Amino acid sequence: MATETIRLQLQQAFPGADVSVDDRTGGGDHFQVTVVSSSFDGLSLIEQHKLVNAALAGLLADGTIHELRIRTKGTA
Amino acid sequence: MSTLSDQIKQVIETEPVAVFIKGTPDAPACGNSLRALQALWQSGAPITAVDILPDARIRQELTALSEWPTIPQVFVKGELIGGADITEELNASGELRQKLDEALGVEREQVVRTVELALPAA
Repeated sequence: MATETIRLQLQQAFPGADVSVDDRTGGGDHFQVTVVSSSFDGLSLIEQHKLVNAALAGLLADGTIHELRIRTKGTA
Repeated sequence: MSTLSDQIKQVIETEPVAVFIKGTPDAPACGNSLRALQALWQSGAPITAVDILPDARIRQELTALSEWPTIPQVFVKGELIGGADITEELNASGELRQKLDEALGVEREQVVRTVELALPAA
């Protein structure tokens, strides 16, 4: 299931992060991810989102993820 | 004729607020493009829109420049602000309006226009 793959990749990229992945439409390719991680502390939103996009680059490139909504938060 | 990449760079660098979307402001072809446009409009942004759909090379060149993988992409005074999620978040928190006030002044004309890129022969 893509939801599980996404969760795993995010947890690997952001160890210790609070990760949630929601299949927004039930179709298995539109996702909302929320990541709360100390990796984001001190970074601007755009830098935070760039890290998430990079962590999921493979799944975005191969079409597993058709649409991705991102919410990020630092822990500081 | 300048290259596609140069034209894109020109729009990003010279327009107060440039947004690259699927479709047009009158007829956005994607819900995320619509979300970004609405958030910009609510924050009082002038909008210069570029439709990326006419040619796949537009998106390729844009992403090569911005290092941002998805559409829409919003730029204020040449700086990438983000996609639909960040633009909505900054609109909701009031930070987008604040940023626009600082970058463009409080007294600004809120116009919407579109720019068509000249496509080089394939």
